[in-house]
Amino acid sequence: MSRLPFYLIVGLLMVLGIGTSLHRHIQMEVPWTPGEQRQIWEVEAIVDFTALGDPVRVDLALPSHQRGYRILTENTASPGYGLSFLQDERSRRAQWSIRSATGSQQLYYSVRLQVTEDRRQQQMVRPPLREISWERPYDTAAAQVIERAWMRSADPYTFTRELIRDFGEDRQGENARLLLTQFERTPLLVRLLNQAGVHAREVSGLMLEDGRRRQALTSWIMVFEDEQNWTLFNPRTADQGQPDNLLLWETGGRAVLEVQGGTNSRVTFSMLSRNQPAAAAVRSQLADDTLLNFSIHSLPLEEQALFQTILLIPIGALVVVFLRIIVGIKTSGTFMPVLIALAFIQTTLPTGMIGFLLIVAVGLVIRNYLSYLNLLLVARVSAVIITVIAIISLFSVLSYRVGLNAGLTITFFPMIILAWTIERMSILWEEEGPKEVLIQGGGSLITAILAYLAMNNPWIRHLTFNFLGVQLIIMSLILLLGNYTGYRLLELRRFKPVTED
Amino acid sequence: MWARPKQLKLRGIIGMNRRNIRYIGRYNSRRLYPLVDDKLKTKLLAEKHGITTPALIGTVSTQFGVKALGRMIAGHPGFVIKPAKGSGGKGILVIEQVDGESFIKPSGARLSIEDLHRHVSNILSGLYSLGGTPDVAMIEGLINFDEKLSEYTYEGVPDIRVIIFRGYPVMAMMRLSTAASDGKANLHQGAVGVGLDIATGTAVRGVQFDRTRRDHPDTGHELASLRIPDWSNLLELAAGCYEMTGLGYLGTDMVIDRNRGPMLRELNARPGLAIQMANGEGLRARLDLVEKQPEGVGVRERVAFSQRHFARHGELKELPEPVLAEASLST
Repeated sequence: MSRLPFYLIVGLLMVLGIGTSLHRHIQMEVPWTPGEQRQIWEVEAIVDFTALGDPVRVDLALPSHQRGYRILTENTASPGYGLSFLQDERSRRAQWSIRSATGSQQLYYSVRLQVTEDRRQQQMVRPPLREISWERPYDTAAAQVIERAWMRSADPYTFTRELIRDFGEDRQGENARLLLTQFERTPLLVRLLNQAGVHAREVSGLMLEDGRRRQALTSWIMVFEDEQNWTLFNPRTADQGQPDNLLLWETGGRAVLEVQGGTNSRVTFSMLSRNQPAAAAVRSQLADDTLLNFSIHSLPLEEQALFQTILLIPIGALVVVFLRIIVGIKTSGTFMPVLIALAFIQTTLPTGMIGFLLIVAVGLVIRNYLSYLNLLLVARVSAVIITVIAIISLFSVLSYRVGLNAGLTITFFPMIILAWTIERMSILWEEEGPKEVLIQGGGSLITAILAYLAMNNPWIRHLTFNFLGVQLIIMSLILLLGNYTGYRLLELRRFKPVTED
Repeated sequence: MWARPKQLKLRGIIGMNRRNIRYIGRYNSRRLYPLVDDKLKTKLLAEKHGITTPALIGTVSTQFGVKALGRMIAGHPGFVIKPAKGSGGKGILVIEQVDGESFIKPSGARLSIEDLHRHVSNILSGLYSLGGTPDVAMIEGLINFDEKLSEYTYEGVPDIRVIIFRGYPVMAMMRLSTAASDGKANLHQGAVGVGLDIATGTAVRGVQFDRTRRDHPDTGHELASLRIPDWSNLLELAAGCYEMTGLGYLGTDMVIDRNRGPMLRELNARPGLAIQMANGEGLRARLDLVEKQPEGVGVRERVAFSQRHFARHGELKELPEPVLAEASLST
């Protein structure tokens, strides 16, 4: 039996992989390492609404150049719609229009932003103070709230901080609660500030986090100290200042999205961070169509974010193959550790590990009871799945009540896989004893952690996402490993006694 | 703590990867696996090929058939109920004695016919089979194992694992259950493995938990004097399983009955590597030698070849040194 075809395939994959990667590096100037280049954010806004058959006009606020971010390119996709960009001194807006449309509509706007070192504060037009009038009994409540914060503050900023804190969970007084029943938090705070003679307006911003999809804008309060100087306040925590990853989307005090002729409108955002040389960032637009440039970067942003994760799975598989064939670690379920590692990426490692151990431990106890009921396998595993979901919900609620938001990420665990793991471990326990469970469970956890460390490595993320050729190289490596007939590392230990006489 | 790969290679030790790719992957066709994974199929096949197995009293394959159990076992002094697709000795119930209405286990516990019904019903619903698939219960006659061997084991019948490669017995060991292994004959659960000389069936060395052992941990009996009766006959039975299944790399589990001699208990298409530890020797050299032999050699010749070439040196000085070319002449 000739192994020649095998080595030919492996060689071909390897050469193809390295070739396409080199091509991308040289022709497209995609760097090998993520660190040295400028960071580019690609943000995509999707406007969804249901058109009613009448003329439709959609008005969407757009971001402008601002502190920390510079707009490189903008694109829209809106088949059949007329489009114009409107700009005045307060804001930029895109306006789509169509004579008649029916049914579900989607409009896309995507923008590429380069992260800049520019830390200067941008100029904003100070909004005029509005006349505020309250109905009874809100007028006295408002007056008292303002009075209270005013006494304990020295200037507009400290006043704002005290005011927001009075609406916070721990200091919420009777007046604050009364006002919150009638008004939304952020507009309410702006009203109160205006009433107290502080120039302020509500602005909307987007928290930039790599690979996030279906995000919404968050509201912030812009408070002016005088004509020029202003700062942002977080209306939920009273934190002062603009976080580095906050992109201000709408600063004119207007609505983010206005739709005429449609209902159920909403706008969601997807974003992705990428590192590119600044020159290539500009050029990539021109060179996009050739076949060799075939890349997932031509997909919509939302799918790209998805692919960023999918393309990491081969790395996890490689780690598993290596640990099983070369090291000889036993895992429960061949690729279960990769799925656990994917969950770890969402939850961060410590939370993920605690969550995993908790779920499996509690699951094992309950599965142990189920085994007394003498059920058929499919029914038993289904019961375990429901149990796992119950455990996850319970822990989420408990940790949230205790104030640990990290506990909520526990929902990222693949529940059906966990149920199977529990089932398999439980059988293992009965047949081989707790020692074997510890060996295989520990092996799975170690494999998952190593796979997580590999998949979460910024350099590896950069390589897998920007060079599709890397996938072919991984494939050829895995094929090569599948051909390895040598000893496993742990066998060197297992067979040691034979060498001793 | 750790051996160097070179040391292991020198002794011809085979690792998991090599076993999977070179031997199981190359010589064991997937479609033949069901023949060995289902003990009932193995048994019927063995009967067709004239290979002795423990006597089959009957089988139960449907829940309403459970009622017939009483008639089936009537008149038998002792019997074993086991699942056809069970693994690791799960679900095996041994009845040593029948005393009127009650059935007595080796531990002395008494069971009623209802207990037996429930056990068989559990087997049928797949409680003991891998993956919980529906199963068939087999009722076999008791093995009366040789008195001479009883001092070497603690509970349970000791069995002899012979690795058959392309029909040649290449290595053998006896597996003695211990208190630590809970009466089971699995080495990683603490059973004692005793390497056997292919030429004579005498003990080569013993191991428990991968460490050398000179005596049985429970009975205290020394292992060196162990000698399997009717050894050549046993090897021929085991070697015949190659023709029977077509599997090139096969683990055969044999038992010895006082009256009926060596018998096949079950087959394994993925036999483990611990046998190398029990023999203190790697499989590599023997497998390489067998790979050089032509196909179509008769069972008797194959066993004779193995006995001549795989004898442990120093223990059998009177036999001539192995001559590699000889076997190909004998065809």
